[in-house]
Amino acid sequence: MLLQMRDITKSFPGVRALDGVTFDLAAGEIHALVGENGAGKSTLMKVLSGVYPASEHGGEIYIDGKQQRFNGIRDSEAAGVAIIFQELSLVPEMTVGENIFLGREPRTFGVIQWNELYRRATELLEQLHLPINPRTAVGQLGIGQQQLVEIAKALSQKARILVLDEPTAALTETEVETLVKILEDLRARGVGMIYISHKLDEVFRLSNRITVLRDGKTIDTTATAETNEAQVIAKMVGREVNQIYPPDTRTPVDVVFEVDNLTVQDPHTGKKLVDNVSFQVKRGEVLGVAGLMGAGRSDLLMAIFGAHAGKVSGQILVEGKAVAIASPNEAIAHGIGFVTEDRKRYGLVLEQEILKNMTLAGLKHLSGRFVTNLDKETELGGKAMKELRVKANSLFTVVGTLSGGNQQKVVLAKWLLNNPKVLFLDEPTRGIDIGAKQEIYTQIDKLAREGLAIVMVSSELPEVLGLSDRVLILREGKVTGEFTRKEATPENVMARATGSF
Amino acid sequence: MSESNPEKSGGLKEIFGNLDWRTYTMVFALILIWIIFATTTNGVFLEARNLSNLMRQATITGVLAVGMLMVILPGHIDLSIGSVAGLTGGLAAISQAWLGYGFIPSLLIGILAGVLIGAIHGVLVAYANIPAFIVTLGGLLAWRGAIKGISQGNTVPVNLPEFKNIGQCYLRKEVGWGLAIAAILAIVFFAYRRFQAQKRYGVEQNTATLITRALVPSALAIAFIYVLNQYAGVPVPVVIWIVVAIIGIFLTQNTTFGRYLYAIGGNPEAARLSGINIKRYVVAVFCIMGALAALGGIIYTARVGSAAPDAGRLLELDAIAACVIGGTSLMGGRGTVFGAILGAIFMASLDNGMSLKNFEDFTQDIVKGVILVAAVGLDMIGRKRS
Repeated sequence: MLLQMRDITKSFPGVRALDGVTFDLAAGEIHALVGENGAGKSTLMKVLSGVYPASEHGGEIYIDGKQQRFNGIRDSEAAGVAIIFQELSLVPEMTVGENIFLGREPRTFGVIQWNELYRRATELLEQLHLPINPRTAVGQLGIGQQQLVEIAKALSQKARILVLDEPTAALTETEVETLVKILEDLRARGVGMIYISHKLDEVFRLSNRITVLRDGKTIDTTATAETNEAQVIAKMVGREVNQIYPPDTRTPVDVVFEVDNLTVQDPHTGKKLVDNVSFQVKRGEVLGVAGLMGAGRSDLLMAIFGAHAGKVSGQILVEGKAVAIASPNEAIAHGIGFVTEDRKRYGLVLEQEILKNMTLAGLKHLSGRFVTNLDKETELGGKAMKELRVKANSLFTVVGTLSGGNQQKVVLAKWLLNNPKVLFLDEPTRGIDIGAKQEIYTQIDKLAREGLAIVMVSSELPEVLGLSDRVLILREGKVTGEFTRKEATPENVMARATGSF
Repeated sequence: MSESNPEKSGGLKEIFGNLDWRTYTMVFALILIWIIFATTTNGVFLEARNLSNLMRQATITGVLAVGMLMVILPGHIDLSIGSVAGLTGGLAAISQAWLGYGFIPSLLIGILAGVLIGAIHGVLVAYANIPAFIVTLGGLLAWRGAIKGISQGNTVPVNLPEFKNIGQCYLRKEVGWGLAIAAILAIVFFAYRRFQAQKRYGVEQNTATLITRALVPSALAIAFIYVLNQYAGVPVPVVIWIVVAIIGIFLTQNTTFGRYLYAIGGNPEAARLSGINIKRYVVAVFCIMGALAALGGIIYTARVGSAAPDAGRLLELDAIAACVIGGTSLMGGRGTVFGAILGAIFMASLDNGMSLKNFEDFTQDIVKGVILVAAVGLDMIGRKRS
């Protein structure tokens, strides 16, 4: 057995994050590690990588039968462990090559050999079929490409144990295929891989074994071939989960929001990020927007919301009247709500409490025009917290301490408190465990039933197909297809998204 | 609405005045150095005359610190306020000495000049996207040059008695006691309201906390007025400072304006996408800073009795140090007016105590530098732990 982790315990003040977890990995195996957010997966990997040194956790780690004591990341790296975390650890201002070899640049007598560095980087990138110039600054790459650079970096360390934490979160379908080939190649060469993902279809496609964690304990380890999704979900959640998506019994009414011939041009290059897009949304309807990363979906939403730096042309109509939206303020005034991507960066002030975050977009009418009215805020916030079932000690808990799902609910509450006419959601369940996902799906359904018009951008096809009344597909800024729920299938949506039809 | 889980009173502290552990540490440190200085000067430090001087000395830094906090909260800084204070104080002095304007017009000219300068800074930062550090560094140089040019190197005297009074006068003792009574009434009122609100939020409350919350600040208010009255009464600059502080605390804690400042500093992107017009607020805080710099400059001119061309040098550093010692983060989003005021008092206490002990000027500078770094260092360690 390549790696054995026995009886791992790790506690934080007040919380036992890992409680006697056992996990092992064979050479030439892809072993999936699944569990809800907070189950302990990231903590376990931090123990393995030495981020939590041997003195701060219980239990033992064995590699090739020899016990290891890691006091830091260098120790685990020296032992052949490489981890690719969910949060990218690249320096945007440095080049791809510099990032890959950061801290391990080829040197002679302390002088970095740049030619050698870029030669090796080019080799690595070719292996990964990444058509990137290694001298490009990482910050200029799309997020999917950045993630692949991160993987290149881990591969350059010649790891024998590779840990991937949500590796496909930001990848396009093509990039995912590239990654799959790389992982299968590594498996054939005897590398052991720990694959952490919420995407069970990937897990079932790639892994040899699946271990489920829940509440810091190992629930079960089974061979992938001997189990199925429903069983795994049941173990993750601890209960039977039948229907994740609400049933399709909504009847949309009149058109409340319309976009005509919207075009958005990149401020620097003039390239059309959104090209002549038109669509309508009705009250009580969920319009899903599918497409690959880079198709222009987020640009579309940002432009509608008045938050895009590029040149925007076209018409936006709210309740039949043409409106001009030059800033988020104006968008909000016209009844538009926008739950953005990346809640930590764009949606929340992490060091402030739940209440302050919830009331941020509508402070003037939720609290007071000049003087704030804490009583009023607390009442409204309390209602929102209850309705959305935000799990936290109180309205005054700091948002940064909440789990991803609860953070997303706070962002959702922020926009709902404004009583919008149309609500835009961009990747609403990214990085959220399955229990919280289900709750958010129920919320979206409930809101639509209550008459809200919802536009949902999502890269998770099952989600788009499961929730939407209609599906719009974007590719390279243009609308390439529109299907009703009945008409839409994974195949025809994907075909329109990739242009292969 | 009552919560199903009663909130621990720790959470309540956050609503009512951001009194976190940082502020308590600050108060503790303040008391500590007061004890140190009191014992090492045989009690001279605690004499009414000395404490009165201490408060007077703290005033200008204190007024400026309130403005500086409001600039730092949304993530900016102002390095020019020393020069602005010198320029606006000079303009006010020139208005009444050379141009023959009356008291109020001279004051207004000074303050409006400050607001205008602040507006220029704010517009450059918000709309031209020049970093505040650079804009105000340029301001530090340019506005100093301006007053040197306008005054032609002359020191301008303050003639009008009302003007001088701002910096040199004291309130009558009866008025001082009147202030104390007003303060006690306000303290009791707010403590009671907090009591009621806590009941509403379902927090376990007891009358003992209510009484402590009312008694301790009231006792402090009485002690404050008593000590000052023992010497000559409450100095007028201190009254001005108190008014500025109250307005500052109100603005930052109880208005949408203040709430937005914290949000902009905490996460500007999220603030923008929540519909906050960041540029407008940036200009506003720089205008406020300009006005307060002018106020500080005027008080200083009034106290000294004349406006010298290089008055106000290095005042910005004192103001920044006061904010930082008081728990403000230079990255924005964190800090309180109350903390900044404690920081100003702390620094003035250091200055005052070291002077009493006849420390050389250079020693005083070294000590202040070390303590500034130590204070922030301890803060960082404390933050890591929590």
